[in-house]
Amino acid sequence: MANKIKVATTSLAGCFGCHMSFLDIDERLVTLVEHVQFDRSPLTDIEHCSSDCDIGLIEGGVCNSENVHTLREFRKQCKILVAVGACAINGGLPAMRNFIPLEECLAEAYLHGIGVENAHVPNDEELPLLLDKVRPIHEVVKIDYFLPGCPPSADVFWKFLTDLLAGSQPKLDYELVHFD
Amino acid sequence: MTKTLTIDGKTIPFQDGQTIIEAATAAGVYIPHLCHHPEFTPHGSCKLCSVKVNGRVCSACTFPAAEGQDVINNSQELNDDRQKITQMLFVEGNHFCPSCEKTGNCQLQAVAYHLNMLDDHFPLFFHNRNVDASHSDVLIDHNRCIFCTLCVRASIEQDGKNVFAIAGRGINKHLAVNSATGLLKDSDLDKNDKAAHICPTGAILIKRTGYQVPIGQRLYDHQEIDAVSLAHETEQRHGE
Ligand code: SF4
Ligand code: SF4
Ligand code: FES
Repeated sequence: MANKIKVATTSLAGCFGCHMSFLDIDERLVTLVEHVQFDRSPLTDIEHCSSDCDIGLIEGGVCNSENVHTLREFRKQCKILVAVGACAINGGLPAMRNFIPLEECLAEAYLHGIGVENAHVPNDEELPLLLDKVRPIHEVVKIDYFLPGCPPSADVFWKFLTDLLAGSQPKLDYELVHFD
Repeated sequence: MTKTLTIDGKTIPFQDGQTIIEAATAAGVYIPHLCHHPEFTPHGSCKLCSVKVNGRVCSACTFPAAEGQDVINNSQELNDDRQKITQMLFVEGNHFCPSCEKTGNCQLQAVAYHLNMLDDHFPLFFHNRNVDASHSDVLIDHNRCIFCTLCVRASIEQDGKNVFAIAGRGINKHLAVNSATGLLKDSDLDKNDKAAHICPTGAILIKRTGYQVPIGQRLYDHQEIDAVSLAHETEQRHGE
């Protein structure tokens, strides 16, 4: 147990599709947990990274202040930080709001949209503030590896993690690299 | 006596008047390219075809082949440069592949795959560009234009029209449509024009044809662009 590799995961401005795809490694999960222990992750409900995480997997881009704090915590606590999926790498579909002023987005969603009742823009102080634009995570912290795909296939996760666990430089062959 | 040059140490014959990329293609050697197309006058703008000729970096699509040239093509250094160039093309436009009809059949994407490009490296511009959906059969999504001018050249050289041009500079550079309103519907473009089918990216699309080929059967799903490109371009040459 003591020398298991610690893996933390999170979804920022993502849809959890990358996490679902990760779980698609199916029965290989059993082999994986012989070598790996999950730290902070939606899979464990652990709220903060331990200080000695080995690998951090980040799904999604950065769309609000909380995303920035989470990302910085991961960078600080994880030896290897990985951008997982299109949204982490280039903002992805959430970044399509970047072409519309934030105020107009909020107005459309909460004030004038079809079917909106009790129109008001949510302003509870518990809510993280939205950033003006959705940004890919390499613009905020240093990223060590990138796993493209929307989502990356289960085989991408498997190849990447088994390469790392074997102590070799991860290498994604042609069939494993896709942007969609 | 046939004249020859070498590419990565391999001896390749050429004819006078051929560019390096033409000689390479004829000999079955792939040099990455986006703005080059065997049927049209070279433009030399994307720089993806950069090779070292006798130690100097040149564009293979414009540089004339000459006796005894020592050409380096498939080196780590050049492929690293090509990857950076491709990353610049991605961050300059807005390429959301999962929502693009061209995905799987796109040359820009396929070149990126070929170069094992896994990220964009640079900060993204997120510069807002328009979509022109005015034409009944053809759509322009300017977000995906890489200014290769293939549509410009195809319209002039093959269609005998003059529908497209590149206008503006820097961040304001854009594909302009030659019509009174600037809209595609008021131009001479017909959906059967070569210019409507030549775009290497998803910037010019024929309407109502998207997503017809399932994932797994698309052009670049299992075949890399080097093989696809050599097969197509050698065929085009023989068909001339
Ligand atoms: S044009 Fe090509 S690279 Fe750009 S979004 Fe479409 S598939 Fe992706
Ligand atoms: S629309 Fe397509 S063919 Fe025309 S310049 Fe842009 S990328 Fe090239
Ligand atoms: S292919 Fe030569 S510069 Fe574009």
